Amino acid sequence: MKGTPRALAGFCVLLVSIQAQAGDEGKPVYSNGGANPAAMACGTCHGADALGLPAAGFPRLAGLPAAYTGKQLQDFRSGSRANPVMQPIAAALSDAEIQQVSAMLADLPAPKTALVGRADDAASVGAELALRGAWARNVPECVACHGPGGVGVGTAFPPLAGQSAAYLAAQLDAWRQGTRKNDPNDLMGHVARALDDNEVKAVAEYFAGLGSQEVTP
Amino acid sequence: MNPIVTALLVSLSSAPVLAASIAMDDQSQLPGKTPEDNAFHPPRESELPDNAFGRLVREGHAIFVDTRNKAPAFVGNGMNCTNCHIEQGRKAGSAPLWAAYPMYPAYRQKNDKVNSYAERLQGCFQFSMNSPKIPPADGPVIGALTAYSYWLATGAPVGKALPGRAYPDVPAPKEGYDLARGEQVYVEQCAVCHGPDGQGQKVGNDYVFPPLWGAQSFNWGAGMHRINTAAAFIKESMPLGKGRSLSDADAWNVAAFMNSHERPQDPRLIDGSIEKTRDKYHANDGVNLYGQTVNGVLLGQGIR
Repeated sequence: MKGTPRALAGFCVLLVSIQAQAGDEGKPVYSNGGANPAAMACGTCHGADALGLPAAGFPRLAGLPAAYTGKQLQDFRSGSRANPVMQPIAAALSDAEIQQVSAMLADLPAPKTALVGRADDAASVGAELALRGAWARNVPECVACHGPGGVGVGTAFPPLAGQSAAYLAAQLDAWRQGTRKNDPNDLMGHVARALDDNEVKAVAEYFAGLGSQEVTP
Repeated sequence: MNPIVTALLVSLSSAPVLAASIAMDDQSQLPGKTPEDNAFHPPRESELPDNAFGRLVREGHAIFVDTRNKAPAFVGNGMNCTNCHIEQGRKAGSAPLWAAYPMYPAYRQKNDKVNSYAERLQGCFQFSMNSPKIPPADGPVIGALTAYSYWLATGAPVGKALPGRAYPDVPAPKEGYDLARGEQVYVEQCAVCHGPDGQGQKVGNDYVFPPLWGAQSFNWGAGMHRINTAAAFIKESMPLGKGRSLSDADAWNVAAFMNSHERPQDPRLIDGSIEKTRDKYHANDGVNLYGQTVNGVLLGQGIR
């Protein structure tokens, strides 16, 4: 038992250094691209701060859980998340590079969001879907899974907060069309397929708009 | 001890387990039917008047969906009302408030008396919310929740059991439930939200997905501790948004798996005795594992 605390401390230092290393190693991948030239630099489209390019619909990656980002890159490769831009890039990244860049992105600060929930008023179509759901069609409140303000929960429910309306609407459409089918147990697919065009637009704009609000304490 | 209970005890020591017949004749455990398309429709939020009554109803709604933050003194765990009453208490087949409110006052075997609606709400706090302090019947929390319930029941007949009331009964599997199969269902369908160990998932201090067992979940006195009740809830509403996707047997299997874990003690504990508490409150309360031994562990010891 005597050596245990020291061994544990040593293990922790090792863990931290591995993490730090992964983060450090991720930076060149993000800024300059992978070893394979087809793995273009992430920052070109997702921005130097990884907050995305809203006008073009490129999502923010800063602050996303590493397990989520890593899974998306694997899913672009396999085609369960079809995307003509990301598929060749993800295919050209090595597994190690995917891990490194995902770890590095998880450490970046996410934008602040108002933590609205089911107790708040829902005056618009978007807010109604987000905070009340459309239960006649078995559509839960978005915040029931994505958390207050859509900040994301765990590694399976990504943030909606701080994403652009263009990106969010494109993802909902991808689920409706079946080009994105990488969610656990079709949890998102069945929701997206129950929405109409107006609702997709409204709820995407609702969450995109939250990111620009002041954070409530 | 009667022979059925004895047989149940013997059979419970190993899975799969035979489900006992469920005796119910009062308001403690409600007979539920599958909600029909002609279910009652509660009023829309936009119809709420902008006056003192409307404000009280909104307050009740806010407490209902965010109980831990809006009524913190009365919540002793990680639960919110809307965890068991889906769609903010509106969804047919998920114990909607509009179907409950017009049925009180009513006798409940649970506390052996005629309960007012306020007392019924207090029961939710005492058991499902594992409340350290039950909100007073004439206080603001019960007042607001009552106003919200009353408003949702606008136009509902008084004293008539409406379609969509409670949770629709799910027939027990003939061969008994299977805890191992229940665990498999849990891992495949439930863990993504409720976590690998059933402890839910949080954002900051807020539980987004509620804990299903352990110190932060409902206690051994809550209706949801009955496997038949949990199976009915799960079949109708879980996974969230994908209700009725599990088979009847799997709803039972996973309900039994959930309720084969330890949780906070039944606040009605008699003389510190699990056996006395089981005999008085659990022996004839549907199918439940309080005071039973599962995989060598006695359940009902409570957890803080």
